[in-house]
Amino acid sequence: MTKILEVENLNVAFNGVRVLEDLNFSVEDGDALTIIGPNGSGKTVLLKTLLNLIPYQGKITWKKDIKTGYLPQTLFLDQSLPLTLREFLMSKINVTKTDPNDLEETLKLVRLPEDSLNHSLGRLSGGQIQRALVAFALIGNPDVLLLDEPTASIDPPGEEQIYDTIHNLQDMKKLTVIIVSHDLSLVYRYATKVLCLNKQQICFGPPEETLTTKKLEELYGAPHKFYHHLHDGSTH
Amino acid sequence: MVLPISFTITSMTEALTSNTLYINLAIGMASAAGIIGPFAIMRRLALASDPISHVALPGLGVALLLKINPLVGAAFALIIGAILIWQLEKRTGLSTDVLIGVIFSVSLALGSLITPDEELIDALLGSYTSVGLIEFIIGLIASAFIIGFVLYQKHRLTLASLSPDLARTSGLDTNRLNLYFLLAFVLTMILGLRYLGVLLMGSLIIIPAAVGKNLGWSLNSMLVVGSITAVLSTGLGLLIAPRFDLEPGPAIIVVAAILFFLSFFLKRRD
Repeated sequence: MTKILEVENLNVAFNGVRVLEDLNFSVEDGDALTIIGPNGSGKTVLLKTLLNLIPYQGKITWKKDIKTGYLPQTLFLDQSLPLTLREFLMSKINVTKTDPNDLEETLKLVRLPEDSLNHSLGRLSGGQIQRALVAFALIGNPDVLLLDEPTASIDPPGEEQIYDTIHNLQDMKKLTVIIVSHDLSLVYRYATKVLCLNKQQICFGPPEETLTTKKLEELYGAPHKFYHHLHDGSTH
Repeated sequence: MVLPISFTITSMTEALTSNTLYINLAIGMASAAGIIGPFAIMRRLALASDPISHVALPGLGVALLLKINPLVGAAFALIIGAILIWQLEKRTGLSTDVLIGVIFSVSLALGSLITPDEELIDALLGSYTSVGLIEFIIGLIASAFIIGFVLYQKHRLTLASLSPDLARTSGLDTNRLNLYFLLAFVLTMILGLRYLGVLLMGSLIIIPAAVGKNLGWSLNSMLVVGSITAVLSTGLGLLIAPRFDLEPGPAIIVVAAILFFLSFFLKRRD
């Protein structure tokens, strides 16, 4: 497999306070990398740094001509703005010079009904917005998807659907996925690699080898009930 | 080149009837203000647009003192203001709005001191002036340029206004686009200064866009409704003002405000 992303000695600081310290990892073509860590551990900062939205020190090397799709954690949306879903998605189609006919297919991939195109974003439910954002990330045929807590504001059944959708897309389109998540069961189900982050890199590698009880304790502090959850057959 | 301009109020009705160029330029200017306004709202410039227009006053005052075309001085000051806002927007500090509030209010105070008393009210609230042919042509080209810019860059402006992060990760050079937008924004203000003055020009950009937001069902419809509202407010304002011996600026904004309140009742409730 070819290397798609290489991160070496990555450091990020805000006003002299170090937020990410000395990260080293790589992502290969077709990988599903999940970044886990407690609140404030720098997960979102890492994702934004990889996308060159935040200044950093160190080296981030993407494979040449790679196209990325990004799903932010939240979209601060003026609910009363009459911007339709079609106009929102068309803005990216236009900027990335994608064929507008791809719009319907993308909508089907994220399981959004076609009539939702004419609804304003403010009228869509939390789950629909999240799907719309996945659709937005998919426009322009990216090779890599970077997703920041794609199920942040969604109820458990909706969460399940979103992850299934992403997983199916990964299989169908041979995408590489980098995903920030709180959900450890997800790591076991879908991730080929996991990066544990608490400002520093606590662990990195295939989840079954990397996520030891000791590492999780180091990452989250005191022992947690999620160990039971992890080995509970119902999550698989 | 110094363009022929007069800031003295002649007989208002006479000025209106004898100068159709004045009215036609107003319509062009209002169309531009109406179409750029929705993006100013989307970029959360609604509150900042007033202080930005205030920065025109010191430039206008200095130009009057130097006996050159006041609009040239105002344009100069506004372009500096746009570059300043552009730089402030790039900073992530929370103090941007405070800085805008301070710098631009101070510029209003300084401008008031510099501008000769007899010209001050006109500069603040707009006036009836004769519009020369060259000025008319330049104004119309500028209006068309603003409208063309917004329509051509519509998708990019939408994305950059909605989420700078999404815009940048989609491959947009948001920094450059921001500068272009702010320059188009102050160009609209320059065009409207003679009609609305430095105190009210920001309102002709924001109020019609707010009407568009109330009545629109999509971004496109918001642009259309915004432009129609701006043109209607300007046209009706200029028609009504001389009959009641009013300054044009306040008359235009009162009409716009009435349309805004009406739009509340007609607001789509789905």
